[in-house]
Amino acid sequence: MAVTALSAAESKRLSPRLRKLEDERWLAMALLAPTAILLGLFIAYPFFEGVLLSLSSARVGDPGHFVGLKNFHKIWDDSIFRTTVWNTFWYTGVTTVFKLALGLWLAILLNRHFKGKAIIRAFILLPFIIPTVLSTFAWKWMFDPTFSVINWSLFQLGLITTRINWLGDPDLAMTSIIIINIWRGVPFFAITLLAGLQTISPELHEAAAIDGARPWARFWHVTWPLLMPVTLVVVLFSVIQTFADFQLVYVMTGGGPANATHLFATYAYQLGIGTGLLSEGAAISLAMFPFLFVIVVVQLLYIRRVETR
Amino acid sequence: MIEGALWRRWVFYNIPLILFVFVLLFPFYWMIVTTFRPDGELYLPWNAPNYMPFWTNNPTFEHILYLFEETNFARWMFNTMFIALVSTVISLFCGVLAGYALARLNFPYAGGLGTAIFITYLVPQTLLFIPLAEIIRNFQLGDTPWSLILTYPTFLIPFCTWLMMGYFKAIPKELEECARIDGASRWKAMVYIIIPVAVPGILSSGIIAFTLSWNEFIYALVFLSSPDQKTVPVGVTSELIRGDVFFWGPLMAGALLGSIPVAIVYSFFVEHYVAGLTGSVKG
Repeated sequence: MAVTALSAAESKRLSPRLRKLEDERWLAMALLAPTAILLGLFIAYPFFEGVLLSLSSARVGDPGHFVGLKNFHKIWDDSIFRTTVWNTFWYTGVTTVFKLALGLWLAILLNRHFKGKAIIRAFILLPFIIPTVLSTFAWKWMFDPTFSVINWSLFQLGLITTRINWLGDPDLAMTSIIIINIWRGVPFFAITLLAGLQTISPELHEAAAIDGARPWARFWHVTWPLLMPVTLVVVLFSVIQTFADFQLVYVMTGGGPANATHLFATYAYQLGIGTGLLSEGAAISLAMFPFLFVIVVVQLLYIRRVETR
Repeated sequence: MIEGALWRRWVFYNIPLILFVFVLLFPFYWMIVTTFRPDGELYLPWNAPNYMPFWTNNPTFEHILYLFEETNFARWMFNTMFIALVSTVISLFCGVLAGYALARLNFPYAGGLGTAIFITYLVPQTLLFIPLAEIIRNFQLGDTPWSLILTYPTFLIPFCTWLMMGYFKAIPKELEECARIDGASRWKAMVYIIIPVAVPGILSSGIIAFTLSWNEFIYALVFLSSPDQKTVPVGVTSELIRGDVFFWGPLMAGALLGSIPVAIVYSFFVEHYVAGLTGSVKG
């Protein structure tokens, strides 16, 4: 009560504009306005435009007209698009499993006291910090068919006798891209899961150990369930970023060889920007939306279930 | 946590950790070696007898000089820095205010707006780049830094808002109430009491926003066209590859130099970066 009385007295001395900001609703509106304007202008509006574009016959220099779902029919019958859908799911699934497994392993390795821990942790995050395009070029150079240092190393170790054409073969190209994505994503998983591990009280482990639980059982019945909420959110972010990835594939293969490594984004870029078929490109981009939507909803429901358990 | 013999510690902890560090850092080492290696050594086939991949005895600056003399590299660095800084400042401004409103004020639809922010947080850039390119052209922003300065906040603001909400929620309500009892207006309590307390959060969001904008690629690739407007990632991609010919020396030099500003900023604020990263995945 004293608060309101005082602030009422105070507000008499304020200019009318500032007095209005004493009302929480007005203040909230004022504070949210810049965000709402920017996001409305550059997310909501383009989304709406994108839907219209995907239902039209627009090309570069030709606004086109309304054609209904024709673009979606067309991409549905497009064999490259089907490969693209398959690739995107394969890429997302495989990389997520490996990133989670390796990231968790690395987090456990880091979750103890040793000399130089802070420095190692700082260096480990570098793949995640350095601009993806730039580090991917280093990988592309390492995978170069003629000058590959990886081939050289495998040859010197006696594991191969002829060169491996990493980016020339469709399956190998996909594998190379998957390796790089894992390389880039593991630090993110490791550092965030490490933070999760650090919140787990060591007493729980000691109690379990006293009750006779072996290390593996301790991990499975103590660490893993407690780590679940963090893990789910990390996986959610990673899945969305991976599903919508562009940079890595664009630099490594550009979707080749023979359109075998396209993801949604690279194929949309090739058709929409490369060939100028804006409407089809927009349709392919938007085709990501239902998949992403389902992934997000399922994961959020699951997260809520785990958190309220 | 682990007891037992020394060999167990090596087998289960030290050796795997060393392998992880080696694999995670090797590409950067490779970038550095290539940058200083002369062309004559660079283009030896991998099975040539005198191929010595991990070291060079004839270090050279020719690739770095090539970047500055034959391309607009200095200009790209400036562009990237300018765009990253301005869009980070805009995003911090919007994100701090919006985060404060969503975390500490009672108003209708607060919950709904919070969810809306979270959903935009999850919208990837690749979903909207084609219609956005049209909009940028209609607004006459194409091929200017403003096309990126105004669009980067679309993925930075939701991130900053989300992170700042977490920080603001952790500040006790009493702090604000004390200020108001002492006669501060709501606005003043926010600007002089709450926001200063949240400075670590602002630093964390700022550093991550800066690295994210330095990393952004597809908008820069689509919205910019003239060589002197480009950012480092786009410039390196489009100007150092001619047809099928890759200029590997300058490419690696560009990748190395282009990474240095981010690495420097990161090295000064590692702890804030890590705090932001782990804060961003808290539900």
